[in-house]
Amino acid sequence: MFEIIARQELAQGTVVANDIMAPKIAAKARPGQFIILRVNETGERIPLTMADTDPERGTITIIYQVVGKTTAMMARLGAGDTIMDIAGPLGRPTPIEKKGTIICVGGGTGVAVLHPITRGFKQAGNKVIAIIGARNQELLIMEDKMAKASDELLVCTDDGSYGHHGFVTDVLREQLQKLGDEVKEAVCIGPVPMMKFCAKVTEEFKVPTMASLNAIMVDGTGMCGCCRVSVGGQTKFACVDGPEFDAHQVDFEELSRRLTAYIPQEKEAMDLFQHKCSCEA
Amino acid sequence: MAEAKKAKKEKIPRTKMPEQAPEVRRRNFEEVPLGLTPEMAQREAGRCLQCKKPACVTGCPVEVPIPEFIGHIRDGNFEKAILALWTKNSFPAVCGRVCPQENQCEGKCIVGKKDDPVAIGYLERFVADWARAQSDISLPPIPEKTGKKVAVVGTGPGGLTVAGDLILKGHDVTMFEAFHKPGGVLVYGIPEFRLPKEIVAHEVAFLSQLGVKVECNVVVGRMITVDELLQEQGFDAVYIGVGAGLPRFLGVPGENAIGVYSANEYLTRSNLMKAYLFPEYDTPLVKGKKVVVFGGGNVAMDSLRTAMRMGADEVKCIYRRSRSELPARAEEIHHAEEEGIEFFFLHSPLRFFEDDKGFLTGVEVQEMELGEPDESGRRRPVPIKGSTKTMECDMAIIAVGAAANPLVTSTTQGLETNQWGYIVADEAGKTKKPGVWAGGDIVTGAATVILAAGAGRQAANSIHQYLTWGW
Repeated sequence: MFEIIARQELAQGTVVANDIMAPKIAAKARPGQFIILRVNETGERIPLTMADTDPERGTITIIYQVVGKTTAMMARLGAGDTIMDIAGPLGRPTPIEKKGTIICVGGGTGVAVLHPITRGFKQAGNKVIAIIGARNQELLIMEDKMAKASDELLVCTDDGSYGHHGFVTDVLREQLQKLGDEVKEAVCIGPVPMMKFCAKVTEEFKVPTMASLNAIMVDGTGMCGCCRVSVGGQTKFACVDGPEFDAHQVDFEELSRRLTAYIPQEKEAMDLFQHKCSCEA
Repeated sequence: MAEAKKAKKEKIPRTKMPEQAPEVRRRNFEEVPLGLTPEMAQREAGRCLQCKKPACVTGCPVEVPIPEFIGHIRDGNFEKAILALWTKNSFPAVCGRVCPQENQCEGKCIVGKKDDPVAIGYLERFVADWARAQSDISLPPIPEKTGKKVAVVGTGPGGLTVAGDLILKGHDVTMFEAFHKPGGVLVYGIPEFRLPKEIVAHEVAFLSQLGVKVECNVVVGRMITVDELLQEQGFDAVYIGVGAGLPRFLGVPGENAIGVYSANEYLTRSNLMKAYLFPEYDTPLVKGKKVVVFGGGNVAMDSLRTAMRMGADEVKCIYRRSRSELPARAEEIHHAEEEGIEFFFLHSPLRFFEDDKGFLTGVEVQEMELGEPDESGRRRPVPIKGSTKTMECDMAIIAVGAAANPLVTSTTQGLETNQWGYIVADEAGKTKKPGVWAGGDIVTGAATVILAAGAGRQAANSIHQYLTWGW
């Protein structure tokens, strides 16, 4: 059992942050790694990335958007409640070294994943420019933390309610035009279309780019192959070979399709859950 | 001997195991064989010749004293029977159900030379089930603690055997499991209708009662390494029994279509995560109406029969060799056929087709014929030129074996692996790294539950020797 120590709502309650007591994971986790959790006995196993870790306090912070039954159940848990199983850290850590200027681009809850990676690059002595975006100001998350983790933070909203009016890809292009060869690497994490278009932009400028892939997983140890993705024409497992891959080689269309595998079942489970909740209320 | 002579004279036929009728069981997840009654078991036990030099025992990887436990059943002394079984096998309820007896004990049975062999597997299961129903069976005596600590990585049949053996020798044993439930392949791989999960839980609980510690959600190689277990956690020895753990795919185009599963994924979702109880349980599965399964081993049979129980209209087994090469247990093949599984021998996949949303719609297969024997001694299937066909399907399960998962091996210093990534170990499971043993599929490649248990037995003896006398 893993106890939730603190709960915070972000982005008008559509996103929830939980600090969870998990000292062994907190001690071992590196930027880019993730956990797999199961809320209760009948729950499914879902992968979630860690937005932060505090080895001294023994906690990890997970941030998730409420999209299905599992996250809806989790959103109802408060401080003092428990999550039945958490396994981690899983996946390969981000290869972080001093390279020069790094651009980190995040969209939606992808910003949570991006946060420790951004901080890691900065701590390694890189100049880090972070670009984060959301549909509007209310949905933007972790602005203050990202400002602290980077040297320069650029914010954009699709509707122009805050920061640059436009997509992260527009700001990314501007920066690449401005900085030229100075940019040694880009990291883009967010919804699949966002990562796909970021990769297209950086490819024009020949900037090596990593994307963190949010494939559906079961075990997270390479045992089942559920999370297989095509990278450079080869099948890779996101859980053990990734979750980060060369964004210029990733077949994002295939990833998008595979993420839709269980939409009818997800809807069925969610409808049942919400019906049960409304009955209880 | 009197009974044996009588049996010979009367020719008692081998007892038939009562089973759920095929037309009923093909749509439920209840166990298929229902078990013998005490009367049936005693009668079947009477067929045993009580050989002085029992060939059956030589066919058993863990050398169960077969005539002894069967003799006790014949005499109606079931408690003595289970105690005899337990001296060599920590989980007879599992082995009685999943061992390929026809190639092992029963394959060597002398009665089987002229008649059907004694149903050793049924009898083993009978005693184990009898024992599980008793509340007052005394635990084996636990010796004084030696103060030595052993880590067992993986809680499948090999790990369970090592843990059981070493706790009874007075060592302190901790098992590490990557999943949230212990049992390894017994829990995620073998379906409920062949091995009820309650039985596995009971076997693990038995070990816990003896003092074995079980830590779930620990992915060795990520959360902790074998070297850390030895150097920082104070373990004196480590047994690696993690299984093969990496699914093989076919490597044909279209394999990433939605609805194409590795058997590992399909069975894990169904067995460990209980997707067959969706939406009561949250884990989903694509509900295939037309299902094809590639492969002919026990895992393929489990996948086929699970798909049928999940409500498929048609389930096809596609195997590239012929019927006589099918590696699955005879009983599984027989059960699958009874349940309406169709077999397509000498067919090999060429490519999968998907619709514009990425969902599987069909598979093109190549017809094969048997050519010259290959290195395995089996005749190699070769394509018949120009002979292909397309089969419609909305789900495909790939059950063509497993490869070595590098998660543990690649994070352990000085652990030698062979060219396929399997751990190099001697017959006792001793690896090239001092203090580390390995056994089961991660050493031999994909095999059976009982071979893993046998490897665990050898390793436990060797570890005990090491903890007593040194490397």
